[in-house]
Amino acid sequence: MSYARELIAPRPAPVEYQKPLTGSRVAALFILAIWGLLGIAIVWLIVSGWDVAKFERYGPRYLSGLWTTISLVGISVILGAVLSLPLAFARMSTNRVVGAIAYSYVYVFRGTPLLAQLFLIYYGLGSFRPELQSVGLWWFFREAWYCGLLSLTLNTAAYQAEILRGAIESVPRGQLEGAAALGIPKSVALRKIVLPQALIVALRPYGNEIILLIKGSAVVAIVTVYDLMGETRYAFSRTFDYQTYLWAAIFYLAIVETLRQVWNLLETRLTRHLKR
Amino acid sequence: MSGLFSAIATALDPLCGPVGIFTLLGGGGMLSCGANGWGDEIAFGVKVTITLALATLPIGLLLGFLIALAAQSEDKLLRAAVGIYTTIFRGLPELLTLFIVYYGLQLLIQALLAWLGIEQRIEINAFLAGMIALAVVFSSYSSEVLLSAFRAIPKGQYEAGDALGMRRSRTMLLVVLPQLIRIALPGLGNLWMILLKDTSYVSIIGLSDIVRQTSVAARVSKEAFFFYFLACLLYLALAVLSSVGLGFIERWSRRGEARR
Repeated sequence: MSYARELIAPRPAPVEYQKPLTGSRVAALFILAIWGLLGIAIVWLIVSGWDVAKFERYGPRYLSGLWTTISLVGISVILGAVLSLPLAFARMSTNRVVGAIAYSYVYVFRGTPLLAQLFLIYYGLGSFRPELQSVGLWWFFREAWYCGLLSLTLNTAAYQAEILRGAIESVPRGQLEGAAALGIPKSVALRKIVLPQALIVALRPYGNEIILLIKGSAVVAIVTVYDLMGETRYAFSRTFDYQTYLWAAIFYLAIVETLRQVWNLLETRLTRHLKR
Repeated sequence: MSGLFSAIATALDPLCGPVGIFTLLGGGGMLSCGANGWGDEIAFGVKVTITLALATLPIGLLLGFLIALAAQSEDKLLRAAVGIYTTIFRGLPELLTLFIVYYGLQLLIQALLAWLGIEQRIEINAFLAGMIALAVVFSSYSSEVLLSAFRAIPKGQYEAGDALGMRRSRTMLLVVLPQLIRIALPGLGNLWMILLKDTSYVSIIGLSDIVRQTSVAARVSKEAFFFYFLACLLYLALAVLSSVGLGFIERWSRRGEARR
């Protein structure tokens, strides 16, 4: 019988595996270097151009602009949701005339730029001043803020109607048939069976639509509404300081990222019964 | 030869040609194509809008494709580097991106020139700035569409390419790309529509597109409602035309599929 008489001598640790420098790693380092340089440039621009007088002067204006943007988007999202409900049902209606009207509304508002819609409402309808005054609507169309609100509302209503329609149609027919078999009236079935299921499907598109609307709301600055973008343009026209735009970018990114995180939380919370 | 081509182009011009809409409907009024109407100016705006969108599209698609490739790389750093790009440009309003590019490029070029010892005020071309800004935004959205299309292509396709002894680049070109186009086409079509609408923002930095030209016409003629309505109609016409065109492309891309 043979057995080992001596232990194997200790060996050096294996050579640490060195990852080869691949093309993608080089590209990554290059892009990250560009980001780093840009970040340093932005910080340097802000630090070197720091001016307490400007900060005290325009800081509060930025905050009020932020509030204008948020309130404008918030109100128009809610009003748009209210308006989108009949639109979505008209779009699904079996009556062809009603369906065609709703379809053309949606097509027109999704096919034209928000900027052109805003100009049409603010400058276009604003040119009918005597008529509007005689109807008593001039106070509405005189204010750029109301016109911005109207165009954002009409625009988002079209998009939200499509989201809602898609979500409702994604609920299987059997759900409504089951409700009918149980003798539940159609209105109750819609409210308690179809809509809760549809809204979960619609959750993500709704979040995207709100983000799109926040970004789109920047155009109201062009018709003299002092939202975040409007205050930025005001500050830039006074100071010719490039960092005004960088601050606006930081604000917008912060809003959008916050909304995205909140929406992710909301989605995990609301779909927790669907987890397996 | 070029004279013949331009003659044909003029004859077939849908807005201001001999059988153009403005020529037929304008008469001698505001929409006529001569010195006292706005038809030719607005037709020029339509051309600028279409040119800008068409010039942006290939750049945006190429950038988006590269970003999608990088976003599915195994390298963590590369994914992070590209993630920063898409997060920033999908979070910023297009209008703000446009301003940042427009004024930022001017500052950058001026700083470079000052570094070289040349003091000069530079004003960059609005078309170029618009093209860059729109391409950047388009690429960050199209990368998402292309990325999800990439994920829809099974791994076996690459492996089959390897088994046939093809290089990865050749597999990409001959096997993956044709399927990728087919899968990504509906999403890219939506992005094209958005791009077409987003070109309206360049009117704010002074490029004579549809909105700019109709604004000038509206201000001078005091017929704001008419001209802005016309602008909306023109954008609608472009949207209808592109959806017809996209339908054709989609059918073309599916020509190899079995009929069901």
